[in-house]
Amino acid sequence: MDNALVATHHHTDETAVHEEHEHVVLPQHRHHFETEQQQREAGTFGMWLFLLTEIMFFGGLFFAYLLYRNWYHDAFVAASNQLSIPLGATNTAILIGSGFFMALGVWAAEVRKKGLLVLFLVITTVLGFAFLGIKYVEYHEKWEKHHIPGEHFDVSEFVNPQAYGLKEQPLAPDMAQKTQVFFSLYFAMTGMHALHMIIGIGLLFWLTWRAYRGEFSSGYVAPIENFGLYWHFVDIVWIFLFPLLYLINRHPGS
Amino acid sequence: MSTTTTTIVNLPDQRTATLPKRHYLNNEDGLLSWLFTGDHKRIAILYLISITFFFFIGGAFAGLIRLELLTPQPDLMASDTYNKMFSMHGIVMVFLFLVPSVPATLGNFLIPIMLGAKDLAFPKINLLSWYLYVAGGLFTLAALVLGGVDTGWTFTTPLSTHYLNTNVVTAATGIFIAGFASIFTGLNFIVTIHRMRAPGMTWFRMPLFVWANYAASILMVLGTPVVAISLVLVALERTVGIGVFDPTKGGDPLLFQHLFWFYSHPAVYIMILPGMGVISEVISTFSRKRVFGYTAVAFSSVAIALFGFFVWEHHMFIMGVSNYSALVFSLLTMLVAVPSAIKIFNWAFTLQKGSITFETPMIYAFAFMGLFVIGGMTGVFLGALGMDIHLTETYFIVAHFHYVMVGGMLMAFLAGIHFWWPKMTGRMYPESFSKLSAVTSFIGFNLTFMPQFILGYLGMPRRYHVYPPEFQVLNVLSTAGATVLGVGFLLPLLYLGWSLKYGAIAGDNPWQATGLEWQIQSPPITENFTEIPIVDHEAYDYDWLAHKTEQEVTTVG
Repeated sequence: MDNALVATHHHTDETAVHEEHEHVVLPQHRHHFETEQQQREAGTFGMWLFLLTEIMFFGGLFFAYLLYRNWYHDAFVAASNQLSIPLGATNTAILIGSGFFMALGVWAAEVRKKGLLVLFLVITTVLGFAFLGIKYVEYHEKWEKHHIPGEHFDVSEFVNPQAYGLKEQPLAPDMAQKTQVFFSLYFAMTGMHALHMIIGIGLLFWLTWRAYRGEFSSGYVAPIENFGLYWHFVDIVWIFLFPLLYLINRHPGS
Repeated sequence: MSTTTTTIVNLPDQRTATLPKRHYLNNEDGLLSWLFTGDHKRIAILYLISITFFFFIGGAFAGLIRLELLTPQPDLMASDTYNKMFSMHGIVMVFLFLVPSVPATLGNFLIPIMLGAKDLAFPKINLLSWYLYVAGGLFTLAALVLGGVDTGWTFTTPLSTHYLNTNVVTAATGIFIAGFASIFTGLNFIVTIHRMRAPGMTWFRMPLFVWANYAASILMVLGTPVVAISLVLVALERTVGIGVFDPTKGGDPLLFQHLFWFYSHPAVYIMILPGMGVISEVISTFSRKRVFGYTAVAFSSVAIALFGFFVWEHHMFIMGVSNYSALVFSLLTMLVAVPSAIKIFNWAFTLQKGSITFETPMIYAFAFMGLFVIGGMTGVFLGALGMDIHLTETYFIVAHFHYVMVGGMLMAFLAGIHFWWPKMTGRMYPESFSKLSAVTSFIGFNLTFMPQFILGYLGMPRRYHVYPPEFQVLNVLSTAGATVLGVGFLLPLLYLGWSLKYGAIAGDNPWQATGLEWQIQSPPITENFTEIPIVDHEAYDYDWLAHKTEQEVTTVG
């Protein structure tokens, strides 16, 4: 309870650090932060919290998948076999590649190489588009086979696989109906993921434009870093979706 | 700490108080300076105006519901209109009033000041949060104007996905958007509390209001996205026909309830926890004592938040869940009563030997304590499996959650609004009118909802507008009480509006409270502090305040 302390305002370690920083104030520094380090830490922390929110958002879908996969195992196996592993694997490779270039982009921003940063952001964007293109091909195939849930959903391929040249065991009609749950979840999960990709690509355009104008060439890299976190998060969601939807239990006999 | 020197109540003479020349309200002029503001205090005012608007819309529905229930026959409206009335009442009150009530207004205004910061960590996201709230509100209003929605506020499947042809998707979109407003508020609070505390403001020197909002923010950040995804799935089911909850396609309607209540039960604690924070501040200030068991009260907020995530299934005891899981969830539900009781007991011990005065916020706080105990204890009844089967979906439930939400949260909200009104506006509210309105709401509230406990126990189901004639007496009592309650809620709107111009000048610290927010001018300057404070005392340290006042050298604010 020493009021003298308030009045004299001793130079503690914290204030010393603060004053050391004051001579390098950047235009991006917001007035309400004491130091730039504080601003950067707050930004990153906020981004991690947002990703936590996103995990809970996808968590609901993963929970639904877990539940129905246990209930309707046979239908999920049969429906899962409809997905194309080559396309899914290609997309996985593309997305990991895009994450790699995003990480390089963060590095380029940190070492203040403007040209490289723009290049890496553009490659990240292109790979994002490639992913969405392949996803479109996959969706289109489902559309043609009437595997989109709703009124036109067709179970004949699961009731009578031999007629379609498939080697699988036929499903009983009521179990075959449950493939619709699989496809509902498939479209909801990959659709939500694709929506996040589209938002991410939108942000990439904006960041590329700002990088091109040189906004990230003077040591202010927080937007690039935080977007990188988001982009890697979207990657990781796919890293979980790919095995759960495409790979798990490919062999009905096992 | 000694209580002998600090119990002398000596409120400052308000005749000598003056309004500061420059403060956040007159720093910039014009509508645009408000619509593009990054100032957490101005955003709090924007939120206050908008949630008040929605509160009275939701209240109007409540009035119509009570009017219809005055007689056993359907006189005023048809059954589907009545369904829309209680649905819109619930949606507006829960998502557009209760969830943002204390955090987005008082929390927004006070948390940075209480921490000794100039603003929240992300002012632009804070403003975005308000715009999202308004957009969500507009969608809800659109659903209302286009003909309403009649699923109940719970959007229960398959009712909401298959059997109704009302504006479910519009209302769900509104809630989805307003949900992100709540996520961004919570995110902003957590980052601010972790990263923006003034030098010396350790975690255990923070006011309990900040602790309570911190706990609520955790729930907002982790719970809200789950209701968002479940509403997305309902909307997709209605529009494109996917089958996640549709039993004809193999989906499980109960899964929707699991996902919905995984948010919506914690949401109850999002609503009540910040209110508990307000009560801690008010009780301490008007008892002139440090909150008894500060650490226990702080941790009990976090405990409520934590337990709150593991009780959701008690909303589905009668809906075919496994008996064993029902047993576990019943036990977990009752566990929530422990941290809640810790708070109530600690507040009671704070009062003990305090020098208590009965200003309006304190009256509201007393109302809160009594009504919350009733609401909380009946919650324990409902958590017990046998009682729940008898009482669920009756008026007992309606009375229970209104005791917690209105008797608890709304009373706490009004306590907080009156308590910090001098800080927010620089002027006092009229004391006699406000005391009258506090007492009126307390009487009106009990008259409205106490009969509903009895009605529910006797077996009157909720959500019906026709009932057997023998229930009429209690329903008439309830409707009469609602009228009194309505007056009690309308009065503050009038005299608080009046006080903006004619209220007495408040001065910096009219209550002689210890929080950092009371050590700066009222209304505060845009940057809150002329110099970032260095905190060298615990929260609620009335010795420090007395000492400070004695030696204070007046500085220019």
